[in-house]
Amino acid sequence: MSSPMRIRAKVEGDVADVRVLMSHEMETGQRKASDGKLVPAWFIQDVTAALNGKTVMTAQWGPAVSKNPYLQFKVKGAKAGDKITVTWKDNKGESRTDEAAIA
Amino acid sequence: MRKQIVRSVFLAAGLGLMAGGALAQKTETEKGIDRYRELIADGNPAELWEMQGQELWKKKAGPNQVSLEKCDLGLGAGVVKGAFVSLPRYFADTGKVMDLEGRLAHCMKTIQGIEPKVSTYNRDDHKNIVALVTWIAAESKGMPVNVPQNHPEEKRVYEVGKRAFFYRAGPYDFACATCHAEDNKRIRLQGLPNLLKKEPAGSAYTSWPAYRVSNGELWPMNKRLEDCFRQQRFPELKFSSELSVALSMYMGVNGNGVASLAPTIKR
Repeated sequence: MSSPMRIRAKVEGDVADVRVLMSHEMETGQRKASDGKLVPAWFIQDVTAALNGKTVMTAQWGPAVSKNPYLQFKVKGAKAGDKITVTWKDNKGESRTDEAAIA
Repeated sequence: MRKQIVRSVFLAAGLGLMAGGALAQKTETEKGIDRYRELIADGNPAELWEMQGQELWKKKAGPNQVSLEKCDLGLGAGVVKGAFVSLPRYFADTGKVMDLEGRLAHCMKTIQGIEPKVSTYNRDDHKNIVALVTWIAAESKGMPVNVPQNHPEEKRVYEVGKRAFFYRAGPYDFACATCHAEDNKRIRLQGLPNLLKKEPAGSAYTSWPAYRVSNGELWPMNKRLEDCFRQQRFPELKFSSELSVALSMYMGVNGNGVASLAPTIKR
């Protein structure tokens, strides 16, 4: 079971600035463990952000993204109180969705 | 004679310029490092640990199925705000000076009935302690360091810390003081705080727990000190041992009055 994301969203004018911290190992599949065997790749592949249920951004990520990734983006046409939902899905098929209200 | 004087004046001026140049360059480098720190500080993954820690504090756990909310961190049962900046301190119930991590392990044991496995850093129960420490530290952000020196035992532990700080040993004949008792020392680009002075000691003391970008782990004070010992090729510093607490206390008291920074982000 993965840990929750931390999502903060603040609106200025009609643009919301969304900042997301995700908790993920983001293993590249290139590293070796102490027993000499490769640590299997394990990273976030798809990221989706939605504003009040309507998808506003999708991203495809790879192993080059750091551990515990930080994502920042802006959404036009957002108001305070709107719901921002962020979902990630990794290469093991595991996924997580968290939401926050725009301040 | 006169010519010689003129020449030496020129020489002095030239040296002055060189020294000035070197100084200016260093501050540029330092500015660059500060800029980098500023950029990564927004979105410090330590916040993920904070969230976890806050939940762990309220979560019922262990054989007794109770939360840690009754844990006394020195300011009364359940008081979290300000606890981080006033530890280590003497606890009458154990008759010992304890640091935050050790006190949490004690609370887990006495309140929740968990026998915490803390011997391996960043595993098992120690992971929970790290998360708790991060949240508790964040609750004191900006508050001045106020490590007490009232009880005789607190004074004694401070003296032990001082002795340990200056104690030269190991294959390198090293002491903490070798690196941390002078201004403007660094290893590569890492500034080494002079822990004898208030400002650097206070900010160093409250720089941990910190998120380490290089390994994606969160390091509390005990882990930081343990790694200092490893770098000096000393025997392993045991989690929250008397020596570890004493060094924490020495650093904390030296930094009394400085506003707390934790949790921070480090390279």
